[in-house]
Amino acid sequence: MIPAAFDYKRATSAAEAISLVSQYGSDAKFLAGGHSLLPLMKLRLAQPAMLIDIGRVKDLSYIKDAGSHLAIGALTRHMDVETSKVVHEHAPLLAKAASHVGDSQVRHRGTIGGSIAHADPASDLPATTLALGATYVVQGPKGQREIAASNFYKGFLESDLAADEMLVEIRVPKMQGAGWSFQKFNRRAQDWAIVGVAAWHRKGEAGVALVNMGSTPILATSVANAIAKGASISDAAALASNEADPQSDLNASSDYRKHLASVLVRRALEAASK
Amino acid sequence: MTITENKPTSVIGTRLLRREDPPLLTGEAKFTNDLNIPGALHLTVLRSPYAHAKIKSIDVSAALKIAGVIAIYTGKDLQSSWASPMPCAWPVTPDMKNPAHYPLAIDKVNYVGDGVAAILATNEVASRDALDAIDVQYEPLKAVVDLEDSLSDKNIIHTELGTNKSYTWPLLVEETPGCVEEAFKKAKYKVKERYVQQRLIPMAMEPRAIVAVPQPFGGDITLYSSTQIPHILKVMTALTLGIPEQQVRVVAPSVGGGFGSKLDVYAEELLCMALSRKHNAPVRWVEERSENTQATIQGRGQIQHVELAADENGKITAVRVRIVGDMGAYLQLVTPGVPLLGAFLYAGVYDIPKAYDFECTSVFTNLTPTDAYRGAGRPEATYAIEMAMEALARAMKIDSFELRKRNYIKKEQFPYVAFSGLTYDSGDHLLAAEKAAKMTDLAGVRAQQKKQNVPGATKLLGLGMSSYFEMCGLAPSRVLASLNYSAGGWEAATVRVLPTNKVQVITGTSPHGQGHETSWAMIAAEKLGVAPEDVDVLHSDTAISALGLDTYGSRSLPVGGVAIALACDKVIEKAKTIAAHQLECATEDLQFANGTFSVKGSPDRALPLAAIAFGAFTAHNLPEGCEPNLEAQVSYDPPNFSWPFGTHMCVVEVDTETGAVEILKYIAVDDCGNQINPLIVEGQVHGGVVQGIAQALFEEAVYDEDGNLKSSNLAEYLVPAACDVPSITTGHTITPSPTNQLGVKGIGEAGTIGAAPTVISAIIDALSGLGVTTMAMPASPQTVWKTIQAATSGGKK
Amino acid sequence: MKVSITVNGKKQEADVEPRTLLVHYIRETLGLTGTNVGCDTSSCGACTIHLDGEAVKSCTILAVQADGTSLTTIEGLAKDGVMHPMQTAFMENHGLQCGYCTPGMVMAAIGLLKENPKPTEDEVRMGLEGNLCRCTGYHNIVKSVLAAAGAK
Repeated sequence: MIPAAFDYKRATSAAEAISLVSQYGSDAKFLAGGHSLLPLMKLRLAQPAMLIDIGRVKDLSYIKDAGSHLAIGALTRHMDVETSKVVHEHAPLLAKAASHVGDSQVRHRGTIGGSIAHADPASDLPATTLALGATYVVQGPKGQREIAASNFYKGFLESDLAADEMLVEIRVPKMQGAGWSFQKFNRRAQDWAIVGVAAWHRKGEAGVALVNMGSTPILATSVANAIAKGASISDAAALASNEADPQSDLNASSDYRKHLASVLVRRALEAASK
Repeated sequence: MTITENKPTSVIGTRLLRREDPPLLTGEAKFTNDLNIPGALHLTVLRSPYAHAKIKSIDVSAALKIAGVIAIYTGKDLQSSWASPMPCAWPVTPDMKNPAHYPLAIDKVNYVGDGVAAILATNEVASRDALDAIDVQYEPLKAVVDLEDSLSDKNIIHTELGTNKSYTWPLLVEETPGCVEEAFKKAKYKVKERYVQQRLIPMAMEPRAIVAVPQPFGGDITLYSSTQIPHILKVMTALTLGIPEQQVRVVAPSVGGGFGSKLDVYAEELLCMALSRKHNAPVRWVEERSENTQATIQGRGQIQHVELAADENGKITAVRVRIVGDMGAYLQLVTPGVPLLGAFLYAGVYDIPKAYDFECTSVFTNLTPTDAYRGAGRPEATYAIEMAMEALARAMKIDSFELRKRNYIKKEQFPYVAFSGLTYDSGDHLLAAEKAAKMTDLAGVRAQQKKQNVPGATKLLGLGMSSYFEMCGLAPSRVLASLNYSAGGWEAATVRVLPTNKVQVITGTSPHGQGHETSWAMIAAEKLGVAPEDVDVLHSDTAISALGLDTYGSRSLPVGGVAIALACDKVIEKAKTIAAHQLECATEDLQFANGTFSVKGSPDRALPLAAIAFGAFTAHNLPEGCEPNLEAQVSYDPPNFSWPFGTHMCVVEVDTETGAVEILKYIAVDDCGNQINPLIVEGQVHGGVVQGIAQALFEEAVYDEDGNLKSSNLAEYLVPAACDVPSITTGHTITPSPTNQLGVKGIGEAGTIGAAPTVISAIIDALSGLGVTTMAMPASPQTVWKTIQAATSGGKK
Repeated sequence: MKVSITVNGKKQEADVEPRTLLVHYIRETLGLTGTNVGCDTSSCGACTIHLDGEAVKSCTILAVQADGTSLTTIEGLAKDGVMHPMQTAFMENHGLQCGYCTPGMVMAAIGLLKENPKPTEDEVRMGLEGNLCRCTGYHNIVKSVLAAAGAK
């Protein structure tokens, strides 16, 4: 319950945060909402020597209509994404996914940037932004760069973020009226998904990503390709696990996960096609 | 005495709001870890990460250097602190094997969580940091995790015992020798079922906490502990520490739930006491949740083989049961007795002849010790008989409710002397069952089921039920003697009317959420004709309530509440003699109603209790031989167990594609005799039912083959939240107990006892069309789905 | 590290280690023991308080993160000895038994009604997904919250 001791610094700007993390390197971690990092630290599964609190970095909490996409500041809380009129209108799949993160107390504090940077394949937002073809804007000592979500997730809790880089914005393409569905299968509502599916579908085009089906969020490209080629929903859904490599754990064996994935992908596509 | 159902009276039977609530709601109430004890040292315990290992060495040098750390003790260091090993109060058989168990392991650890070192520091943070700095070298040994493996004695845990078996306990009741085997040979129908009662983690929301405070001189020590058993703890800690009992005072502050997990004598209590005396300073300890799951006792843990023999009408002719009980690594306070508390109940609510063959063998495992958890042996028994009845109904191809009706003990048969010789004092199983059926709209559900459960349907409707009764109100002391239980089953009460007509009730019960203060005040108020607000209820402090046997086993009302009523009777008797003297009449001429003694036929010749109380205090005009003051003390030993009963029913929908189960409705009809406060009774049923539902669908202490607990915190061990469980529709019947004047039976565990088989039988009913006849607990989505696959041979429909 | 936090309307200054959890700051530094610790995985919600008007789990926030904010704990609800309507609703509907989860449950419920003043039963149950109770089975907690919302 009591974390190991650490040093703590507050950054008031992205530039300051980056300069601090450059000083301390891999001993330092960013602290945004803290709802991915602090639970690990309380069990002493993570023991960073330095926490750089970016929770007060100005102007990183926003949701803007930027024309073809929504620009969401990395420090935007899940609750704000969940309730935003703009997100409901242009990226309702994301609003729905955000409403499923943890519970309402968690959603008041956790941030979309924190969740994505943490890169947990069992989290809802990495898979959802992946399905939506999002781009993540990242800032480092040499300036900003954009990383497509499909290139961002490298391994379990590993992303393309360098040690001295900070996620600053998430760009989510507008859904333009596409049908969508978020299927989160768990035993208790507050739990991580045993398997989750984020899907959208419009006129033969689909985007499907899987939660907790591998060491990273999984883009189910076989499913999307099959839909594009005119396959039926159930035939496409049968391919749900093609890109996945699910683990067996306390809640589910890997073969049950694979079965669940095809059921949930089918249900998601059916709902998204109504 | 005539027992009548409660008529609405001024207080008893009303939904009086609880006086316990305001301090709990405002945060003023003090739980043990809220107590501010200046100068307290903080204890943490370093625990073994291995289920079974030799301790080769313990190096505390680095930890001692941490600022704030005062001392670190190993098991060897503290050997001289103990006059005896940790107590087990229930040596169930004369040859029961009980390995010596000390607060810290000495040469060997026997479960993950077994304490290895005690760290004392000036603050909690330092004591926590020190845990990471202690270097223990272990030599791991093969862990014995599986019950059947333990039984085989291939790897023996406590080598000094020569076996993993702690005891074998039989209960064979035969009208004629060999009649059980005969009945099975002759049976028209028989079933043989195997069930597993998975280990559960009680998860009271308040983790255990302790503060031991030595008095500045004289050797006295006060133990504040989040405990259900202050009185038992006082005696047991004094004995284990080898100090005079009168030096120990135990106080249970507000306690945040227990469910049996705080009915124990724990290593940390003894460590806090011993170290506080050693250091002459208060010592406090609180467990973290992921520590609680391993360092606090777990519940259940059985493999059951149940057989029923029945005639052509489905009337049961014999019952045969073999159980293997999982003790865990050591015997805690009542560990060995828990499976036996259900031993008498494997024929459930059914009328059977004397043909009952029960045997339980309990074994050690390299896992957390088990002990009482809500129901303690009776949920396990009820599950077995109710699920076996379902199996029998399937074998006979008749409706299971119909089968039950053919076997229920009938109302006219009560008081019913069972095969065991125990007398079930009252009951009406058919009445409760029919009420449940009506409330469930049985016919409507079956009609809906017919419409919905067509071939190819992926959402299947199921109806489940269970009829239970339970044996609680622990307990008649001489029956406990025959079971070799080391303590009695009485309860004590003192009732005192103070000069200003305020009433003090001192009870030996120890509430932790059950509303005793409100309920006992209602009993005394009713008896004495005072307002409940004028009754003060004192409890949970052995300096104030000197006598008692505390709270567990649904005993507090049928034993403790009745003791209060009896003490009130004594007070009224004494008051009557004073009134007669002061009114100059005979005691037989007096009646007592609404708090006033009056002469029968001359209502103007009257004296209120208030006047009597004041007169007893002044002692100016008391009858010859009458002592001043108006109080009475009673120690009440109940003549029998009490036997609440009921029928639960539920409707589930199973998603066959995922295995997910949703409970659409849950109906609980329970009979706890007369109800003192229906609000509190319903609350106990709600809570008990949800724990039973959680057992059926969500919870299991999962261990890997090396004895590591995989579900070791509240993220992994699935205590459900509000959205994960249904609302509970409660009904009741009332058959007052004839063995006590209040007609009460206790209700604390009944909900849990009825629920699990209700839910599991519903799932099986939903899937019966797919050929499913069994379902393991917890019926997780994966388990349900895999069971469906196995029944349909994995083929697609 | 110095922190200045307004708690139940009163400004509090303290010097804390960075690793001090907000719940420990509330309980131990300020002595406000009404807020409880029930787990170590942010699962149980017993530690729920309001931070700048929103229900949060104080076990998953560092005290230093709360610097400059305004907190309300269970002790700050009753005014002049009069309980908050949610507290009254819990009492009238037997929404508590042992009381350990209750402060967190009450704070979460108040937050729920703030964001959804007239919830359905399902919305109440979902809204309390982050708060665990072992005693009540939730039935009367839900009843209490619906009563507080003025629903039938």
